[in-house]
Amino acid sequence: MSAATSVLDVRELRKYYPIHRGMLSRLVGQVRAVDDVSFSIDRGETLSLVGESGCGKTTTSRCILRAIAPTSGEIRFRTKTGAEIDVARLSRQQLRPLREQMQMIFQDPFSSLNPRMTIAEIIGEPLLVNGMTDAGARNARVAELLQLVHLPSAYLNRFPHAFSGGQRQRIGIARALALSPSLIVADEPVSALDVSVQAQIVNLMLELQDRLGIAYLFVAHDLSVVKHVSHRVAVMYVGRIVEIAPTTALFETPRHPYTEALLSAVPVPDPRERAQRIVLEGDVADPSDPPPGCPFHPRCRYAVARCREEVPALTEISPGHAVRCLRANELDLRGVTAAAA
Amino acid sequence: MSELTLTEPLITEAETRVAVATQRQLIWWRFRKHKLAVVSAIIVVLFYLVAIFANFLAYAPAFETNASRSYIPPQPIHWFDANGHFHPQVYALKGKRDMRTFKLTYAPDASEPRDLVLFARGYPYDFLGFIPTDIHLLGVSDGHPENALFLLGTDQLGRDVFSRLVLATRTSLTIGLVGVTLSLVLGVLLGGISGLQGGWADTIIQRIIEILRSVPTIPLWMGLAAAVPSSWSPQQVYFAITIIISLIGWTELARVVRGRFMALREEDFITAAELCGASRLRIIFRHMVPSFLSHIIAAVSLALPAMIISETALSFLGLGLRPPAISWGVMLQDAQNLETLGLAPWLLLAAVPVIVVILAFNFLGDGLRDAADPYG
Amino acid sequence: MAEPILTVRDLHTHFIQDEGVVRAVDGTSFDVYAGRTLGIVGESGCGKSVTVRSILRIVERPGRVVSGEMMLRRADGRVVDLAKLPSDGAEMRAIRGGEIGLVFQEPMSSLSAYHTVGNQLIEAIRLHSKLSKRAARTRAIELLAMVGIPRPAQRVDAYSFELSGGLRQRVMIALAFAAEPRILIADEPTTALDVTTQAQILELIRRLQQERDLAVILITHDMGVIAEMADDVVVMYLGHEVEKGPVDTIFHAPRHPYTRALLQSIPSVLAEPRSRLATIAGSIPHPYARPSGCPFHPRCSEHIVGVCEKSFPAEIDIADRHGVACHLYTSNVEAAA
Repeated sequence: MSAATSVLDVRELRKYYPIHRGMLSRLVGQVRAVDDVSFSIDRGETLSLVGESGCGKTTTSRCILRAIAPTSGEIRFRTKTGAEIDVARLSRQQLRPLREQMQMIFQDPFSSLNPRMTIAEIIGEPLLVNGMTDAGARNARVAELLQLVHLPSAYLNRFPHAFSGGQRQRIGIARALALSPSLIVADEPVSALDVSVQAQIVNLMLELQDRLGIAYLFVAHDLSVVKHVSHRVAVMYVGRIVEIAPTTALFETPRHPYTEALLSAVPVPDPRERAQRIVLEGDVADPSDPPPGCPFHPRCRYAVARCREEVPALTEISPGHAVRCLRANELDLRGVTAAAA
Repeated sequence: MSELTLTEPLITEAETRVAVATQRQLIWWRFRKHKLAVVSAIIVVLFYLVAIFANFLAYAPAFETNASRSYIPPQPIHWFDANGHFHPQVYALKGKRDMRTFKLTYAPDASEPRDLVLFARGYPYDFLGFIPTDIHLLGVSDGHPENALFLLGTDQLGRDVFSRLVLATRTSLTIGLVGVTLSLVLGVLLGGISGLQGGWADTIIQRIIEILRSVPTIPLWMGLAAAVPSSWSPQQVYFAITIIISLIGWTELARVVRGRFMALREEDFITAAELCGASRLRIIFRHMVPSFLSHIIAAVSLALPAMIISETALSFLGLGLRPPAISWGVMLQDAQNLETLGLAPWLLLAAVPVIVVILAFNFLGDGLRDAADPYG
Repeated sequence: MAEPILTVRDLHTHFIQDEGVVRAVDGTSFDVYAGRTLGIVGESGCGKSVTVRSILRIVERPGRVVSGEMMLRRADGRVVDLAKLPSDGAEMRAIRGGEIGLVFQEPMSSLSAYHTVGNQLIEAIRLHSKLSKRAARTRAIELLAMVGIPRPAQRVDAYSFELSGGLRQRVMIALAFAAEPRILIADEPTTALDVTTQAQILELIRRLQQERDLAVILITHDMGVIAEMADDVVVMYLGHEVEKGPVDTIFHAPRHPYTRALLQSIPSVLAEPRSRLATIAGSIPHPYARPSGCPFHPRCSEHIVGVCEKSFPAEIDIADRHGVACHLYTSNVEAAA
């Protein structure tokens, strides 16, 4: 049930990649990159998807934008006119008018801008492609966008190689804003940047959200950045959401052992807080051959026999806080508490 | 939010130049640093100028045979006359009967000097293909350079080697161009489909390429060339040879193009263009093609020497162009047997432009490729 | 405190190119002690990687160590200046990979894809010892077990692409330990890894350090990792060392404006949700356009006009082992006031 304020409502999204072996490419199995993912995002809200490599967060973000086609599930998007459209099944043609409402910011500032186009052309392309053929109008809008991201308009005719990583990310953000989308998917937008530049971009994204009311789906692996930008956080493991909660609840009172381990693994920038950390054994599970039952059980300190047999479902344990763990109600897990001044 | 507006560090003049430089300019600047490639580029241009102005640079008619001029060694230009003045001259032929064999032989005779003249009269031709004239760069004062000027000697049939070489340059270099254009069209088209479509189209095209490449080239050419009927005119044979050579040449280009398309498909900026609603065609022509244009140019400049070598080899073996057509390969055919080489070693000079041009193209192509993609 | 095992004084490493000279390291000094971890932290262009490459004399052309000394106290007690040794001489090669081990950031490109993990380990072992092939193989399996790789007897014959990122990094650490080094240099060892894997690797490095009284030089841009692992910290900016001292002092009583600003701009899991981060004005200058005087002055909120852009501040010892290179603490301040 998508509330009238929700901009995106994802239901039971699945993306499986077939594995072929042998001369005749027999189908021998599937990589369950995204396996039954559901969540919704409200207008002007930031939901972060966190997880480690192979958890499916990037695949999820690409499915939502239809850069790749999902195997099954619904992706209900609310357009500016208020209509709800399931974009999972639309053809390329049908998707075109919706393109302007959902955009993406990429991780790598170096490959996300065409090195052979000026930044005026890069930022202006979404406008051109969507019908703004008048160069004057385009240039005016591009200048406006540059201001929004705090880049001087003198840079209009330069090429991407003249800019630093942080500046390129701003150009990428300006491009994403060009069509005034209601949802922006940000795929690790600050991971490739220096710390001080990261801070600038994070602040910029927060400012733009306040000013323009954009919703963000923020895909990241860095929990510290996630703490700063999110309203709600979803933790993914091997293609599934294992916990989803408002930010403070997730960080201070996690209810899934994996979330607890993730939080304790993040190095805190304070030498006095060299807390006892939980070091997980083994490697992240293989999405093409996940362990039976709960896929986290081989690495879980709290696992019991049941965990090997039953696959837990995502259940709500308090308002807005859902967990996929058989022992969620029994366990008392440690989060990170906000520092006392 | 003033901390977000930038206190940018001072940007130097040089930096601004680099900042607004297009990719093309950056490539040109990188290319310029490669001295060898620049020199090679100049050499290649000079060769093509020779090809364009072939008839102007030649001085003797290339097809006229005359037994009296047979196997004359290269004759030097005598720059200073008996008095020490700068007065370029060559010696004209004079017949002499050998008293024992009673054979009449002709040889240049010092008592028959002729003045070397610039822009002299010679045989008639059409300058640039449409202006009838008979002015050539070099000539002699009496208007018959074919009897006096033998810069690189003559062959068995009395034809001037220098003039034939110049004309052969035209043929050999243009056959390369025609062949490469054909390969380019085929290569980009099929490589593009392969790289962009993927799937079964890619599989089929790749298997065809592999089959073509696995056939040994010389026997393949021999077979195809032998199939060309001998009744065809030199022009028809010319085109048939071009097509034969292009049939193999396109595979290399197709693979390069396919590789580039496949790599580009994964780039974020392509995804960004798709996400804002750009059409397939726009993505291909506005985003992808400019990215690998420079690679294509580099691949082409490396494919050209292959074409030239192919034609030279085929004609040398007698399977390609046939007399009266002239190309470097045809001229080298005359130099095939040991007797001829012993009598007239200057006939081998036709190999020199082949080597020079091939080397020049290779260095040029390497330079272009490094400039276009220093990391690739 | 015992004698340092490595002393670097006033190191200068420059890259001389057509477009100009990049002073990648412009006067860095620090000491490294056995059993302690020195963290070198800074953003891009600060010269931290070039510093350790200078120590090992593997700076790529056109870079060169132009001046300074790097005194290494070798296992037999002799002290050699690494800056003076020929970079591909026998002694330097014995030290590199022998007494000083190095772990890189990208395990995929640092390990050969054409050789098994065992082959690479055996090669490293035999380069620095006289063991036979068989003995070296046994030692290789021991090393793999030491770094916590499960089933080492089988894994020794695996290729690097068959292993996950975390396992590959463990192999890199095993390689670094092949010749029983006394100093381990880790250049961003966990940047490319997931956070849970990072925790495992940092735990491993700490354990090995304790077991062997190893000196560790850890390079990273992540202040959290520094806080976790380092005993002493050197903060670098544009090739200069701007502050150094014990880790607690650096985090809780930083003096240099850059260190302070950097610490404030780090995101933290302990922060309020949706809170803004403090930023440092401007951006890191281009290496060819280095500001005059103190390199940080254009971005510094406390810069003293007339002083900071004129001369580079020398490092002053503020307290025990705490040094700062900033005009706010030099006597110039009184002169300008």
